[in-house]
Amino acid sequence: MIRGLAWIGFLLCFALGLIFPWSKTPLIMALCYGMASLGVAIMMRAGQVSFGHALYAAIGAYSVAFMARSFPSLDTFTLLLIGVLGSIVVGGVVGLFVVRYRGIFFGMLNLALSMVVFSMLGKLYNLTGGTDGLRINRPAFFNQTLERDAFETSLLLLSLFFAALLVWGIQRYFKSAAGEALAAIKSNETRLEYLGLSARRILWNAYVLSAALVGLSGALFGLVQGLVTPDIGSWFRSGEYVFISILGGSGHAFGAFLGAGVFEAVKLFAAAYMTGVWQLILGVTLIIVILLAPDGIVGLLQKRRAAAGAST
Amino acid sequence: MPAALFTFLWGSLFMSSDLMLLALADGVSYAALLFMVSLGLTLICGVMGIVNVAHGALYAFGGYTASYFTLMAMGHAPSTFTLFFCLLGAAVLVGLVLGTVLETGLLRWVQMRDPVQQLLMTFAAFMVLEDIQRLIWGTQPYSAPDIIGRLGTVNFFDVTYTAYQLIVIPIVALLSYAGLLFFLHFTALGKQVVAVTHHREMATALGIHAKRIGWLTFVLGAFLGALGGAMAAPTTSMVPGAGADMIVLSFAVVATAGMGQISGALLASLLIGLTRSLAVYLAPEWEVAVPYLIMVMVLLMRPNGLFSVAQARRI
Repeated sequence: MIRGLAWIGFLLCFALGLIFPWSKTPLIMALCYGMASLGVAIMMRAGQVSFGHALYAAIGAYSVAFMARSFPSLDTFTLLLIGVLGSIVVGGVVGLFVVRYRGIFFGMLNLALSMVVFSMLGKLYNLTGGTDGLRINRPAFFNQTLERDAFETSLLLLSLFFAALLVWGIQRYFKSAAGEALAAIKSNETRLEYLGLSARRILWNAYVLSAALVGLSGALFGLVQGLVTPDIGSWFRSGEYVFISILGGSGHAFGAFLGAGVFEAVKLFAAAYMTGVWQLILGVTLIIVILLAPDGIVGLLQKRRAAAGAST
Repeated sequence: MPAALFTFLWGSLFMSSDLMLLALADGVSYAALLFMVSLGLTLICGVMGIVNVAHGALYAFGGYTASYFTLMAMGHAPSTFTLFFCLLGAAVLVGLVLGTVLETGLLRWVQMRDPVQQLLMTFAAFMVLEDIQRLIWGTQPYSAPDIIGRLGTVNFFDVTYTAYQLIVIPIVALLSYAGLLFFLHFTALGKQVVAVTHHREMATALGIHAKRIGWLTFVLGAFLGALGGAMAAPTTSMVPGAGADMIVLSFAVVATAGMGQISGALLASLLIGLTRSLAVYLAPEWEVAVPYLIMVMVLLMRPNGLFSVAQARRI
């Protein structure tokens, strides 16, 4: 049922982008948020909440910006690949350290590292342009130079493609042996190790995977905005990713995208009608979700499905 | 980074003694503020096992309320004592009201849940409170430096520094530290708090009202957070986002010291406060990063913080 919902959702996204051209940018951003939150949700399946994953969005986006500056002829796809590789490398190294920690220390260590990078991005003016950030000129799209509108449409298609691929792939991962072992870290890590599996190894793999997802989202984000600022790595952004993955639920890979859709819709609504109380709305939503639906929207859907299955 | 570290160390050897003393004074006053906030955070964390993100909002509310009270009092030609009382009163009021609202209104409902959900609950409360604060006091900087002028300055060696920052704030911080230790170790109520920390079920079985102890701890912690804000109010202007800065910093202190380590928090605050103020003078671009670098380095070497005792893993 959720898989069907995912198809409908992504098709709806595309249709919306075609009918209302203004909605392309918010849609791409929602998809970016979805990918990043899916990364955070992977760690959440292991019971670990990272309050610093925006670090990888910053790494992805800034790698794209640096490369696009040095080599203006690079293609969109190559740039995205570079962004993802950059965050995989950083995630791999950082992961070696952070997978030794659990719970609040895991979250805090990630937060601290992201704060260090965030403050450096703002201060190293010569390299990163400080808080003004770096502009990214529109790169070629598969060797074609596109106008803004066409470029956005192509990016939307590309993001949808990635999103669909990720939902499919990550859901397969969740149901694979490695994914089940990851969930076992949450339920009982000691027993997992008695089975002969290394919890750190499993967590490291998941961490690198999640860093790659957030990096991809950051790279896309930078390209669609045409500008990268340190804000992309702020702790508040990390908090938003956590918020979305809680809202959507980590029971299914599509949850993050559902959460991101709701998040972006609330954001647009609040920006239009209730400026200034945007955080208040988010906060109240989060409280309601935690109290009434701790497994997120996906959890609600799965519960309803289970109930329907029981009654028939 | 090695280059910057080198400049930092080299510079601290040869910086002029005046500048050194100034950095020291800044560091001590800043560390004292940081310590008050961290004390509240670590108390709540140690007793209730909740990492309270909304603590940053308590700091901000304490600061804003203190400024507001001071501005109101300034209309009636107040004595210095009255001004000080404004700061203290603001902290008590904020701690009592917001602490009660947060504890009984929100956290009690997720008491038995996953720690992650409790953490997110306080995160949500933080977001809500940030906006409420913006609705009440707006986005203009808010400050009430009057008490600093009243208390004048002190000279030590060749450096002139405000008495408020160099003497009053550290004394208040030390008093809260001593007061908290006395409360926890020498009063019946404090011993009940310790008992609940050690074994909640057992304490309840012995007739301790664990819920009430939870409320008391939270309000006490909230008061300390608000006190940090209230004492900081005369020295800086309160702006939106002040709470967020403070909460991440005091997290760094609490994590460096080890969760629930009260005396450890004192040392960690001094370590982080002094290093940070040295960085302000020597390598300003590293100022923001320094506390986190300290925390990361400490956690890499001692995964549970500097002063925590190793715990057996529960299966």
